[in-house]
Amino acid sequence: MSGGRDAVLGRIRKGLGRTGPVDGDQRAALDARLQKHARGIIPERTARDRGGLADLFVEMAEGVQTSVARVASPAGAPAALAEYLAQHNLGSDIRMAPDEKLNDIPWQDRPTLSITRGRSDGNDEVGVTAAFSAVAETGTLMLHSGPSSPTTLNFLPDNHVVVLRASEIVRAYEDGWDLLRAKGKMPRAVNFVTGPSRSGDIEQTLMLGAHGPRRLHIILIEDENG
Amino acid sequence: MESTSKQFKQNTRVALDNTALQSALGKMESGFVTNRANAAARLPEFEALRDQARDIKNHTLENLDFYLETFEENVEASGGHVHWAATAEDARQIILDICQSVDAKTVTKGKSMIAEEIGLNAFLEENNIEPVETDLGEYIIQLRNETPSHIIAPAIHVVKDQVIETFQEAHTQFDPARSLEEPRELLDEARTVLRQRFFDADVGITGANFLIAETGSTVIVTNEGNGDLTQTLPKIHVVVASLEKVVPTLEDASAILRVLARSATGQEYSSYTTFSNGPRRAEDPDGPEQFHVVLLDNGRSELLGTESQEVLRCIRCGACMNHCPVYGAIGGHAYGWVYPGPIGSVLTPTLIGVEEARHLPNASTFCGRCEEVCPMRIPLPKLMRHFREKSFEEKLTPTAERTGLGIWAFVARRPALYQMATGLAMRMLGALGRRRGLFASLPMAGGWTAHRDFPAPQGRTFQQQWSARGGRRRAGE
Repeated sequence: MSGGRDAVLGRIRKGLGRTGPVDGDQRAALDARLQKHARGIIPERTARDRGGLADLFVEMAEGVQTSVARVASPAGAPAALAEYLAQHNLGSDIRMAPDEKLNDIPWQDRPTLSITRGRSDGNDEVGVTAAFSAVAETGTLMLHSGPSSPTTLNFLPDNHVVVLRASEIVRAYEDGWDLLRAKGKMPRAVNFVTGPSRSGDIEQTLMLGAHGPRRLHIILIEDENG
Repeated sequence: MESTSKQFKQNTRVALDNTALQSALGKMESGFVTNRANAAARLPEFEALRDQARDIKNHTLENLDFYLETFEENVEASGGHVHWAATAEDARQIILDICQSVDAKTVTKGKSMIAEEIGLNAFLEENNIEPVETDLGEYIIQLRNETPSHIIAPAIHVVKDQVIETFQEAHTQFDPARSLEEPRELLDEARTVLRQRFFDADVGITGANFLIAETGSTVIVTNEGNGDLTQTLPKIHVVVASLEKVVPTLEDASAILRVLARSATGQEYSSYTTFSNGPRRAEDPDGPEQFHVVLLDNGRSELLGTESQEVLRCIRCGACMNHCPVYGAIGGHAYGWVYPGPIGSVLTPTLIGVEEARHLPNASTFCGRCEEVCPMRIPLPKLMRHFREKSFEEKLTPTAERTGLGIWAFVARRPALYQMATGLAMRMLGALGRRRGLFASLPMAGGWTAHRDFPAPQGRTFQQQWSARGGRRRAGE
């Protein structure tokens, strides 16, 4: 449909009072704007020290029905997971992301946990993944696709458990983008997750667990305290 | 989509008599309106963020060709394809070709107003492909054979009992005696039915809230997660988006996202904000094998450089309709086309013509609430006035109205005549109505007195009273 393309671009340029593409200094200015990644206003509520950011993240996340368990070290994570499973009467089968960020956690301390690794096929009750980062501003997890972080684990299991380290919490979305750019090319999908799935489509009544996870649980490892 | 905007007046009568609709609309003030006000109050920077969002979009529109070409380049760099569609028909055909290339039987759909605008579902059905809406509200109205009546809450006009009835008719695979009384039970049933549809679909179609030039990303914002299952599970992900959705960078999108959810539902951030960049990589364990973006123009490019350019800033949050007293009284269907409420009153004449939609810009009290809450600061009342003038200039308004306005304009431009005529009229009406203090009917004012009494004037005009109180001044006095 290159005819469509040229016609559309032609009409746009005509409306903007130009005959061809932007060029010269104007083009250089636009290219520079794309490179610069200038930030706009970042809400003042995020102007806190590291400990304050973790507190803000937890407060905002809990405000959107995310549950959070704070543990002092990776060693505390298996017990936190077991406690979550018991609290909600869940089985011990866990589908876990093949993510090396989850490897320093001594899951074997809880031999009752039956852990398999890989993507979800929709038959998993509990999925466990590691966060890439998290945004304190709104209690938002930043996750992305990749060989070690299947997207299906974020959406198919009824229970999504995310392991997050306090050192990964940033102020704003823009900080998350900088971290991701530092890693190289954009992954296929970047998921900002703020609470479990929800719908208000029946008489504006809020209900959790529409199509995605019914529950979102975060195990927050306070790796900056020690 | 076919328009019934021409029959706006009949549509409103039907809407006002529809008790289910009136009960559904009654819940809007306590929901969306209160929630938005609270969200705005919690963020001291909210007003400044609105200015910033407006400026970003203005900058983008002024350089729209550059940002669209950059977007295209970056989608292709990540292995996706961009298709340019000048018209709705082009867009439908492009999407059909993609579906037929994999012999698709069913497609799942995330919520997309652009898909409504191009009438995609009906077209796919004609071509033996079954479209399955997956947003709960969209799913309900698809089963009911209706169109969305709100851009973010498509089934806002449907009450729970109607949903129960609809599910009982459609989901014959379940026990007819099952309980569906609780909204939770309805949601769980829809979740069960749709979960299988997600896995069975050959193609997933979503809209886009933003397109990002810098990275070639498409962005969707949902609360249910349906858009994510729609785009992650099938072999092909098709994004259909209108061209004004583009913004320069991830930072620009992040800035506008700060006002989107707050304006729409009053949430700080929606549950899922997803940035999609091309098909799955060779080493990825999941995701679609193909990624297509269909860029729709459908008349938008013609708006650049005109009075209407400002409507292209719209991010489809729905705040204008949530706060509109006219929408609150008649709901969305009465507007007769895809986009209801104040934004629809401006977009519809823009996109399908003033002749078809001339009633819509009149469906306003000019109270200005829409402009007050629009996160992108679109001057909706000003644009409605523009279309009123346009419809007058093009002689689309009825003769009686034109003649009446002509007479009024003649008199209003002659102050002495105006004062004499109004003074005489007030004395007469004042004398006639003195006994009862009101009129139950008045010649030539049936439109008013059919619904309410007309208070009798006290016998003197405003100007006479103003003058009597010494308020009258002339320049230089």
